[in-house]
Amino acid sequence: MNIPRNELLALGAGLACAAVLAFLPLVTEGFWLSLSVNIMLYAAICTAWALFSGPTHLVSLASAAFFGVGTYSVAIFIDVLPFPALILIAVAAGALLAMLVGLATLRLSGVYFVIFTLGLTELMGQIVTWVQTNFGGAIGLYVFTDLTEAHLYWLLLALTVIVFVTGWLINRSRLGLALRIIGNDEAVARHVGVDTARTRIILFAVSGAFIAVAGAIMAPRYSYITPDAAFSPMTSFFVVIMALLGGTRRLWGPLVGVVPFTLVMDFISGHFPNQTAVIVGIAFLAIVYVLPDGVTGQLESLFRRRRPAEQSLLTSTVEEGR
Amino acid sequence: MSVPLLAIDRVRKAFGGLVAVNDVSFEVAEGELLGLIGPNGSGKTTMLNLISGTLSPTSGNILLSGQPIAGLPAHKIARIGVARTFQLVRVLPTMSALENVAAGAVFGHNKLWGDEALALARDLLERVGLKGREEVPVAAMTYIDQKRIELGRALAGNPHVLLLDEWLAGLNPSELRIGMELIREISAQGRTIIMVEHVMDAIRSLCQRCVVMNSGTKIADGKSASVLADPEVVRAYLGDDDDA
Repeated sequence: MNIPRNELLALGAGLACAAVLAFLPLVTEGFWLSLSVNIMLYAAICTAWALFSGPTHLVSLASAAFFGVGTYSVAIFIDVLPFPALILIAVAAGALLAMLVGLATLRLSGVYFVIFTLGLTELMGQIVTWVQTNFGGAIGLYVFTDLTEAHLYWLLLALTVIVFVTGWLINRSRLGLALRIIGNDEAVARHVGVDTARTRIILFAVSGAFIAVAGAIMAPRYSYITPDAAFSPMTSFFVVIMALLGGTRRLWGPLVGVVPFTLVMDFISGHFPNQTAVIVGIAFLAIVYVLPDGVTGQLESLFRRRRPAEQSLLTSTVEEGR
Repeated sequence: MSVPLLAIDRVRKAFGGLVAVNDVSFEVAEGELLGLIGPNGSGKTTMLNLISGTLSPTSGNILLSGQPIAGLPAHKIARIGVARTFQLVRVLPTMSALENVAAGAVFGHNKLWGDEALALARDLLERVGLKGREEVPVAAMTYIDQKRIELGRALAGNPHVLLLDEWLAGLNPSELRIGMELIREISAQGRTIIMVEHVMDAIRSLCQRCVVMNSGTKIADGKSASVLADPEVVRAYLGDDDDA
């Protein structure tokens, strides 16, 4: 099938950007490289999150559950298997968990879905803690590798590129169209022949697998893995805040939120460590009230006044929850 | 006699103690335009929901070309070849007119993709009277145009049976004339249609045959002219005791 010219251009530009970014560890190190790893981490996770939550309007707080599962895939098997094999285990574990959650939540929408996914993260963390204290002897696991910060950066950059290409391919496929129809009206979707359950589960599995891989890549950085850190609900919240700040209607929308948010958060947590949680909360409220469609959504409606406002992720979630 | 295209066989739907459809049976022949009428709350829309798979019957059979479809999920029934419109118009607001109609072509009975799906959608937009409006966001369209979109989307699946749930409701007199003409045209092309409708003029002029429901049961089935003159049907509509 022929690919539209502007999409080819965007694809080319994206790959060129990635190529340039790949040189970053050669020119910088220490603080800036470390910050770049954070940015790249959230770029991958937020984009993967938006693959599912953008079109379906289902706000998932399960990111930390997938992330933790990926981290633990590495922590448990690091002494017996090579790192690339651990990444594959993370893919399988993330996808499997997402499929189970997807099956369990098929009939849930709005706030019920949000609560379920938040509970799942907490449950996963508690299970891992329980298993470790009863059978493992210690709360944490050590992960020692030869991977440097630069390696992690490259791995995360590669992951981000793969997430983007996957998202682009999905958008061009029947699956992508099915998702857009579901996001508009699930009843219509069913009656035009879309298997809504299958579509939801597949997309959630793809999204969950990517987030788990991000967790696996980050494991060597923590070196000592604890359930509290791996399954921290803050990861889930950050993902939602950044993706919403950027906007979820476009594939690259979350990226627009990730870069400034990570920079600002780093500054805040460095200078006001005790007030960080409060500031995050206020930032979340501000984003929801001021920019319900994210920065990209806001810009689009500014540029295309003639087009009617599209349904925003937040407003539709609130409506469904009622 | 050959197998009817659609056979409804003693279909029953109960919501707890409320029996919305009570052992209703009727058949629809290929190419027929059947009117399904009755006062509000008589179970017409429930009947359409049972045929299209929005709901599954408590008991009874629904056969499409002899193949049982009762109780299958809606998307499977859509793929087998039943398309519908909705009583309260349901379009895909953030998508263009062309995409709305193409949606019906991609996943339904037709299973087209890419240029084929778009070409069919363009044809259908022209057929329902929306030529040149392909790129208009559907949320910005008028009520009748949204109804046209729904009709185009349903036709895009190339269904064996088309279910219209009060498709003519809420149209002004001139729109009504256009709408009726459109249904007549689609029927003339050989499409089998079941239309639930309150607009009696439309039933009289479009449907040769109609089925009348009241309180969940079938009270009449036959030629429209004679059915509409049936005293029981008149009583059901005008009421002689509790509803008026």
